[in-house]
Amino acid sequence: MNQASAPASVTGTASQYKSVGLEVQNLRVEYGDFVAVADTSFAVQAGDSFGIVGESGSGKSTVLRAICGLAASTGRVQLLGPLAQTLPAPGSKPFRRLVQMVFQDPYGSLHPRHTVDKILAEPLAIHGIKNEQARIEQALDEVGLGQGFRFRYPHQLSGGQRQRIAVARALILEPQILLLDEPTSALDASVQAEVLNLLEGLRIRRGLTFIMVSHDLAVVTHLCQRLMVMQRGQTVELLSSGDLTANRTKDPYTQKLMQASGGFRRTLAVRQK
Amino acid sequence: MEPMLVVDDLRVAFPSRDGGWVEAVRGVSFVLGRERLGIVGESGSGKSQTGRAIMGLTAPDARVSARRLSFNGVDLLYCTPAQRRALRGGRIAMVLQDPKFSLNPVMTIGQQIVETLQAHSRVSAAEARLQALAALASVQIDDPKRVFKLYPHQVSGGMGQRAMIAMMLIARPDLLIADEPTSALDVTVQLEVLEILDALVLQRGMGLIFISHDLRLVSGFCDRILVMYAGRVVEELPAGGLTNAQHPYTQGLLNCLPKLGVDQHPLPTLKRQPEWAQ
Repeated sequence: MNQASAPASVTGTASQYKSVGLEVQNLRVEYGDFVAVADTSFAVQAGDSFGIVGESGSGKSTVLRAICGLAASTGRVQLLGPLAQTLPAPGSKPFRRLVQMVFQDPYGSLHPRHTVDKILAEPLAIHGIKNEQARIEQALDEVGLGQGFRFRYPHQLSGGQRQRIAVARALILEPQILLLDEPTSALDASVQAEVLNLLEGLRIRRGLTFIMVSHDLAVVTHLCQRLMVMQRGQTVELLSSGDLTANRTKDPYTQKLMQASGGFRRTLAVRQK
Repeated sequence: MEPMLVVDDLRVAFPSRDGGWVEAVRGVSFVLGRERLGIVGESGSGKSQTGRAIMGLTAPDARVSARRLSFNGVDLLYCTPAQRRALRGGRIAMVLQDPKFSLNPVMTIGQQIVETLQAHSRVSAAEARLQALAALASVQIDDPKRVFKLYPHQVSGGMGQRAMIAMMLIARPDLLIADEPTSALDVTVQLEVLEILDALVLQRGMGLIFISHDLRLVSGFCDRILVMYAGRVVEELPAGGLTNAQHPYTQGLLNCLPKLGVDQHPLPTLKRQPEWAQ
């Protein structure tokens, strides 16, 4: 393998689509009579970071799954970019390469009997991308893991290291959009900080667009400029992170979430004394 | 008089594959009266193993040792299994993290509460049922009769966790160990469950050991906090004393959390020092 030629080809093919955003119009997901996501619309401009917050069952993860085709949906999902007409359609192979997902649980999302090397080689094989040695090395470097991790199995890695592998697996296809489904909620606080820093650094370096789902308002406002609050499949509110932190919210549900994220205060006990 | 719970130099070790022992808890000491004590640490810090050793739920192949481990004057290390059983669930109770996995899936919630009560006191079936319904009502379940008949998979996480609290409190224990009791719940539900737990602990004057990874949550809830790192207590803090934390690990743990309204990019990360584990 000719190592010297690696960088040129690594930045090859996929870079024809630079700075891609995503728009969702009237997205609806139903399971039988149950409406998991009811007519949700939002747009994320290229290079932006968009958060979706809500409690369990609010449909926030289902929105991500519908975007990347893991949940059957109606409505429109389309990429936004300067060359709109040439952008791949949802469900097509080029679309799946441009839009990659990182899942919540790094203990469940990596194949337990595949080495890191094999985990990272698989998406390359699916998309017929050459030069896999160089790309795997580069992907591992990019997520801050050395080459020493390459032939380990997931059970030989810590939670934070596994989540870095999951991020590397998404990045190895050079996507423009990353869908992040609670990427740090299974991690310890100190590891969460490292993964959040990694994600933010990658977004800035590569000009990526993020759509991140989380139940943690502090994490979402840290990483995203704008966010959507969901409850029982409905969009409650679309607002900027600045408005949320300054408490300029319109909906009582958003305020309730804000209060809850402030932590426990001994109101009840005080009342009883 | 001796305090309710005395833990002196508690050590829990597990056999490792090479024939040696790995110490998960390495010399934890504290005393507990009728107060709320928080134990905080990251995964692998030994916080849960500390709670399990007190409860007597350490895995059979592990080795538990201590200079003293006593509860209401009973030496927990040397009491008979029968004595231990009488204490466990009766005088010391434990609430676990996820009601989905820690309730019996093939028994109704009511049956499980009744079973707990009858294991620790002689009551008639009718009386047990009445007490179970009252227990469900005390954790603010609106329709106890309906929930009594439901199976764990038929209730939400918050409801399941309340049912578990009701079950744990029905034998009127003196000490409640809560191991991440709200980590599997949504934030808004989390607060409701905490308020219920808080009120019950206060009313009944129980001792509480609250084990959690969430430093801020625990500091709002407990009277005093032990911060654990690598099997040891590195710092003890009074309630609301988080801002005065001295140990670099505690400070680092607090700093690396993103805070609402604070713009800090990149987040400070925790630089682990080998001497913290000494």
